[in-house]
Parts: sequence; structure tokens; C-alpha cells
Amino acid sequence: MDPAVSLRSAVALLGRFPALAGVDLTVPRGQVVLLRGPNGAGKSTLLRLCAGLVAIAEGSGTVLGVDLAAGRGGELRRRVGMLGHSNGLYDDLTVVDNVRFWAGAAEASAAEVDAALTHLGLDGRLATTAVGKLSAGQRRRTALAAMVVRRPELWLLDEPHAGLDAQGRDLLDALVLQAASAGATVLVASHELERAGNLAGRLVTIVGGRVVADEGQGA
Amino acid sequence: MMWRTVRLLAGKDLRIEWRSRVALAQMLPFALVTLTLFAFALDPAGGLLRPATPGLYWVTILLVLVLAAQRSFAVETADGALDALRLSGLPPAGIFLGKALALAVQLWVLEAILAVGVIVLYDPTGKHATTVPGVVQPEAAFSWTVGRAVLLVIAGAAATPGLAAIGTLHGALAAGSRARDTLLPLLVLPIVVPALLGGVRTFEAALALGHRTTSEGWPWVGLLAAFSLVAATVATVAFGPLIEEDAS
Repeated sequence: MDPAVSLRSAVALLGRFPALAGVDLTVPRGQVVLLRGPNGAGKSTLLRLCAGLVAIAEGSGTVLGVDLAAGRGGELRRRVGMLGHSNGLYDDLTVVDNVRFWAGAAEASAAEVDAALTHLGLDGRLATTAVGKLSAGQRRRTALAAMVVRRPELWLLDEPHAGLDAQGRDLLDALVLQAASAGATVLVASHELERAGNLAGRLVTIVGGRVVADEGQGA
Repeated sequence: MMWRTVRLLAGKDLRIEWRSRVALAQMLPFALVTLTLFAFALDPAGGLLRPATPGLYWVTILLVLVLAAQRSFAVETADGALDALRLSGLPPAGIFLGKALALAVQLWVLEAILAVGVIVLYDPTGKHATTVPGVVQPEAAFSWTVGRAVLLVIAGAAATPGLAAIGTLHGALAAGSRARDTLLPLLVLPIVVPALLGGVRTFEAALALGHRTTSEGWPWVGLLAAFSLVAATVATVAFGPLIEEDAS
């Protein structure tokens, strides 16, 4: 089977600045990988490249078998779920409306929406609360629910524990492990090495837009 | 896929508006205050206000369009939903048409309410005009007919899709700019001049201003329909590359 992510000397530009300056990385399907590195190292850009949100300027790469150089169209994006620095939610809509909207985009069923809300502790009165009135942790959980209902094959999580309380972190970790055991691939960019390190069998260090260390590849 | 996306986006935007009431609680009062200021500036007793009614009405609609277009993309950029939309794999043309449809529905509602507003504030039919020596008087006795009302309604219906398409396209263009609040009017207002001309001339014909007859309004409705068709087509094609460019 093709690897989930295969990058060869991948370069990605933010403006004229090479945020990724020749990344080589292969991630087999079903693996959980922790990306670490200082601020501005290129972790978020690597996640956005894998999501098809940033173009590959040089080098080559495939994600879920889709050639990144051939286009960044819907085929790849429909199969990827991303939890970035922002949550991608609408403040004026309720929790359930937000999750239903993103579920509708992925043609997920109402039962899947209910299951995601229940699993993340967003059912009951919280479900009908406007997202703008939620705490940061509850917003993060809603964003996670909106991502989960899309049933992504590749999870791209950028500082996913930020804003979550202990219960939320445990729920997130359980979801990640459950997704990986079901065959999904997970890339986690995080500064919380202890927490995220418990999830990942592999630790990739990025500095200056390049992979400088790769530990536990066989995990 | 395309029409499902249109329904999904339009439903979402209209639900946001229903919950937030921004159009009714902020844009409508702004428009009514604008119309009132015009009325103060052009003294109704001086006879200038009635002939200027169509122009003032459509200029107010264009100002509301700018606000509504800003709002339409403010909700997408506030918490990074635009990135999530790109990642959804939904067809960009469907996203565009859904957002433009929701904007058009809001504009139609505001146009209808503001039409009542100008009739009450400006007395464009001259029904309540009084004779004041030395000032311009209403041109002729005016009475509403089905034909006049239909012309007004069709003109609004024909112009609004084009206005919504241009507002949506340029709302997306300005969304990533720090200067979006000032950039959007500069981008939108020059392009909607055909709609302004067509709308004003049609309303003049419907209100029998300048000795115009109802039949003189219909060619302008044709211009409005052509404007909407061209604007919606070009904007639908341009929207996809535009949001992809912004993503890079």
C-alpha cells in the first residue's frame, strides 16, 4: 500500500520565504507522528502542505496517493481533516449547527453527528449553545467534532491540546488512538512533547524547514 | 454535488443571519438613517427630493451591499472557516453561488423594506404634495397601477443577483486584506454603475418621473438582467482561483 505521506526534497514558500526548504519524509498509513521544533520551524506549513492548502514549489510528494504537484483539488482535501490554530467555526451558530454544517459538506449522517457530539461531551444543553458563548476548550472540542464527522483518512493536528482541559485532552488522545487503530494516519505538531509524545510512536524534529531528526520510524 | 453545496452554504449563511440579525438590526437602521439624511439635505418642500428618489434609493442599496458583502466574509475569516471551506473539498463554484444566493436574499428583503421607506419618507408619487409658490411642483397626477408595481419588483429582482455576485466576489478578494474595510467599497462601487443606471432609470419610468412611461423602463430591466448574468458568470468562474490564490 502507498504510504500516507511521501515527500522528497519538498519546498514550500510563504511569499518568497521558503518555509519548507527540502523536506524528506515518508509516513506509512496508520502511523501517529509527532512533529516538533521551534516556532517558525515549518511544522504548520508541513501540515498545510499535506492538506493541499500550500503548493509544493520544488521537489515532489504524494499524500494519500495524490500527487501534490498535479493539483490541490478536492480529491485530496475531502480525505484530510485538519485542526489548525483556528477552529473554523461560526460564532453565531450553535454547536450542533456547526457540526451539522461540516458533516453536510462530507455527506455524513445525523447519527454520526450525534455520536461525535456525545463522544466529545457536547450533547445536551451545550449542543444548542451558540459557539460564540463557549469557552476556548469547548470551542476546540466542537472543532474536533466537526473534523471527526468528516471521517478523514489523514489527521493533521496543529497544537491540538491548546485550550483543552484535562478531560478534553484525554478525549482527544483517545480519539487519536482510536482513529489510528482504525487505519487513519495522524500528524501532530506540538510543543507539548510529553503529552503528544505519549500518542506518537515516531518523533520527527524540524528546524529551519528541514527534517533534522527522525526517531522511531519503525513504530 | 454543486446544488447540494449551494443549498448547504446558502442555508448556513441565512441561518447565521437569522441568529445574529445583523441585516435587520444594523444594516437596515443604517440604510434608513441614510435615507433620512438625504431627505434633510434635499428639502422635500423644495421639490428636489421627489425626482431624486430613484437615485437616492439605489445609492442606499449599494451602500448596504458593501456592508452585507463585508459581513458575508467576516464570518468566514473570524475563526479560520475559509480554510476549513477550502479543505472541505466542496466545489468553489458551489460555495460562491451559495454565499451569493444568501446575500441576494438579504438584499431582496432590505430592498423591499427600503422601498416602503422611500415611499413614506420621500413621497415619490407626489400624493401628499402641497402647492408652494415658487418651488418645483410634481409633474403630473400619479396613480399606482399593476404595471408600475411589477416593473419595480422585476427591476429589483433582476439587479440583485448581479449585485450579490459582485459583492461576494470582492468580499472574498478583500477578506485577506488588512485594508478590507476601505478596499471593498473601492472595488465594488465602480463596477456596479450599470446596475445603478438601470435601477434608477427603471424606477423613474415606474414612478412616471421626467414624463417617462412604464414602457420606457423595460429596456433598462433588460440591461439589469444582462448585468446580473454577466456578473454572476464571471464571478463564479473567478472565485475558485481567487480563494486558491489566497490559500498559498
